[in-house]
Amino acid sequence: MRPSDASPAPVTGSFSGGFAWAMARDLRLAWRHPDEAVLTVAFFALVASLFPLGIGAEPQLLTRIGPGVIWVGALLAAFLALPGLFAADYADGSLEQMTLSPHPALGWAAGKIAAHWIVSGLPLTLLSPLIGLQYGLAPDTLGVQALSLAIGTPVLSLLGGACAALALGARGGGMLLALLALPLFVPVLIFGAGASEAQATGLSAAPHLSLLGAALIAALVGLPAAIGLAVRIAVD
Amino acid sequence: MTGKHRSGAPDVLQVRDLACSRGPALLFSKLDFDIAGGELLCVRGPNGCGKTTLLRCVTGLTRPDEGTIAWHGQSSRTDPGRMRAGMAYAGHLAGLKDDLSAEENLEFSLRLRGSPTTPEQRREALAAVGLDKRRRLPARRLSAGQRRRIGLARLALDPAELWVLDEPLTALDDAGQALFVELLDRHLANAGLALVATHHRLAPSAGVVRELRLA
Repeated sequence: MRPSDASPAPVTGSFSGGFAWAMARDLRLAWRHPDEAVLTVAFFALVASLFPLGIGAEPQLLTRIGPGVIWVGALLAAFLALPGLFAADYADGSLEQMTLSPHPALGWAAGKIAAHWIVSGLPLTLLSPLIGLQYGLAPDTLGVQALSLAIGTPVLSLLGGACAALALGARGGGMLLALLALPLFVPVLIFGAGASEAQATGLSAAPHLSLLGAALIAALVGLPAAIGLAVRIAVD
Repeated sequence: MTGKHRSGAPDVLQVRDLACSRGPALLFSKLDFDIAGGELLCVRGPNGCGKTTLLRCVTGLTRPDEGTIAWHGQSSRTDPGRMRAGMAYAGHLAGLKDDLSAEENLEFSLRLRGSPTTPEQRREALAAVGLDKRRRLPARRLSAGQRRRIGLARLALDPAELWVLDEPLTALDDAGQALFVELLDRHLANAGLALVATHHRLAPSAGVVRELRLA
């Protein structure tokens, strides 16, 4: 136990401690209840498979719209798991304990986002080449598609996480979240779908991917701190 | 405020000139108090008088309108990490995850506090609060009192110097309340500090008990 001279407890918090804690806990919760992750993937596969049925299976048309449809499907699927990202922790008091922990908010906020990406963005990225085959995309386009999703979906998780934290405690939070987050997703969608389209038409995908990469770096630097701040305001 | 008797120990927590309002209502103002090692300060008052708000102001969850809170002589505003490392807070919301077992909840809440535990420690602590047989059940299958007992096990394992507890006896049966008083005794005997909002009369055998009345 504590020494009786009552010296102040050493500051034991660290970025990595908070990050590992939040990621381990959220992944274990997702593992306990895989329905949310399964729903995300199933939604993505369904949306992408319904389009050819709806607009007819003309190969040229499908190759043309494939990249865009896959990106829109991935974007909406990634949005599905967002409303519960902070709301559950807010409702049961975990967020108060996180705010009061010695670990900096930056750490656990980043850890939660990383866990969200692992259960939503990562499976979508891995599944996308399979869906792309349905649209008859060329192998190199499939590669660029997966790469653009690998860079773009973490940006979606970060942006969405910041919006979810801002919408905490508001009545009709889910609706507000959609209104906040979806417009912010638009640039990511444009560059993400643009990358595979450029590749398919014989242009270089590099500019689009570079812009996505720049967006990812900016989001990584700025957004976890913003999430921590938004959570502090929400628990007040 | 009634200071019955003060121990000679230096004040670890010093609160000066604290004021907080919720919306248009001023809950309290010009509030001063100190807590030294081995002291328990009970916050009392009718419902809605601001006990919870006072506790949340001290922890830093709620920003007070005015006032300073010093922890070991340093303002908690300038150095919040230091105070957070030495403080355990248990509010109305337990911070338990329904899908995790009692043992997992304990594991994660203590890891969050920066003091990891071994499985043996967790099993012992859960056995001490009577949850030995239920430690692998998901928290959603436990009763309100049993969930509170997970909170007691957390306090027992947390090395925090200051406990800030909001109605810690709610939903606990007689044996549970006795367990809590036992923990409090041990905490105060170890020169710990406690700030507790409660309607119950707490009479720990160790330490100094003082009262703070909010009107």
